[in-house]
Amino acid sequence: MNLFDIIGPVMVGPSSSHTAGAVKIGLVGRKLLGEDVSSAKIYLHGSFLKTGKGHGTDRAIVGGLLGLEVDDINIPNSFEIAKERGLDFTIEGMDLGEVHPNSAKLILKSCTGKELELIASSLGGGRIEVCEIDGANVRFSGEYATLIVHNQDRPGLVNEVTGLLGERGVNIATMQLNRKSRGGDAVMVLECDDCVPEDTLSWLKNQDGILSLVYFGK
Amino acid sequence: MYDSIEEICLKEEQLGIPFWKLVQKDDCNERAVSEDDAFKEMLSMYSAMKDSDAGYDKKQKSNSGLVGGEAAKLHEYIASGKSTVGDFVGLVMEKALKIAENNACMKRIVAAPTAGSCGVVPAVFLSLQEKYGYSDEKMVEALYVAAGVGGVIACRASLAGAEGGCQAEIGAASSMAAAGMVYLLGGNGRQIGNGAALALKNLLGLACDPVAGLVEVPCVKRNVCGAVNAVTSAELTMAGIESRIPSDEVFDAMNLIGKSMSPTIKETGLGGLAATPTGVTIKEKMEDRA
Repeated sequence: MNLFDIIGPVMVGPSSSHTAGAVKIGLVGRKLLGEDVSSAKIYLHGSFLKTGKGHGTDRAIVGGLLGLEVDDINIPNSFEIAKERGLDFTIEGMDLGEVHPNSAKLILKSCTGKELELIASSLGGGRIEVCEIDGANVRFSGEYATLIVHNQDRPGLVNEVTGLLGERGVNIATMQLNRKSRGGDAVMVLECDDCVPEDTLSWLKNQDGILSLVYFGK
Repeated sequence: MYDSIEEICLKEEQLGIPFWKLVQKDDCNERAVSEDDAFKEMLSMYSAMKDSDAGYDKKQKSNSGLVGGEAAKLHEYIASGKSTVGDFVGLVMEKALKIAENNACMKRIVAAPTAGSCGVVPAVFLSLQEKYGYSDEKMVEALYVAAGVGGVIACRASLAGAEGGCQAEIGAASSMAAAGMVYLLGGNGRQIGNGAALALKNLLGLACDPVAGLVEVPCVKRNVCGAVNAVTSAELTMAGIESRIPSDEVFDAMNLIGKSMSPTIKETGLGGLAATPTGVTIKEKMEDRA
């Protein structure tokens, strides 16, 4: 938290958690997909479902998916803009289980057919956390350059990824590692202080044992 | 961020650096930005506050339909000359309503410290500037004072209704606004702290009990209460009336009160006004629409 969290942010009302945070969830989904979103299934959970309509949570998430920032005055018109830009979306309620009361699940598809599924929560004050990507448990804020690596669980792979980032002068701010089973699929989430260079990403993509990679810059 | 008003006051007295400048220097140091850039950033916040007041439309309604047109009614009443509070307080009340209504209607506002309390600080600040012609630079200095006080409250207590109830939102905003007003009226660090303490003391224990969980009832009208309370607290201070409890201790009290408050009155929409028969009926209507 800094002084401009006390005076600020500039945002479209009415709620930092249910509106600004919801915009950020849409934005992070868009960034993770890395392309324009062409279809979205939006599921609202808990307080998002109960009070979302009155807070414009639905319009806020769609606005974020369209790339609108938290202070964009077009957020209340996001449904109409989505229509113009060819973003098909549905909004329903869903019990997502043991997650924060302000949570949503997004199933996104891009125009080139890329797909992504995520669950994210709005923690208050406009801060968010992504909790699940394509079924894997993760935890990151979307405030940093973020690298998500789906890889085989084998010795040395973490070292290869972090070693390369270190060589390229990329400092890691936070890191998590999860796996489904020994030797099975694993997921690494790295929040970085610096942007990861393009050639580093393509080198990583082609590494043995790395199954897929999702990255977005700051 | 500073976690003590006393510390800022001591530094002001020892180093001869004004309250607002100490707050600014600390922020610049933390974020590694220049004082010039940071000042411009704060100025842009002040401009956004002006815009959040100017963008009022009396015909607008919130999504729920519970909010809209209140500031226009107040404006008419004050213009009729029947009001007893005088032009300045009338203006403060009107601006607080306008900005809080704008927030409820999904317009652009500055969270200060929160979206729900976004009308308090600008209502006091913009009215003072309109009435007394302070420069934008002076207003930005006062905004630093308000932010410094908000920072101390954040460190010692909380700025979230879900953690501390409405005292952490309208209460904190009122304390921040009072501090800024004292500075504009020529107060020093000690007086700034005094204004902040007086304002918050009046709002300790305030429940966060929004009907249907929306930032509308009672939030919009509470912005008026927070803004007017800031003005009276600043005036008491400038009259030389002292808070017997120092500001840091008031913030600590707010923290303890927040911890001992029932979760039903901490932004859950389960208690207080939200649980009244009328509140429940409104909630049920909203849920049918979802």
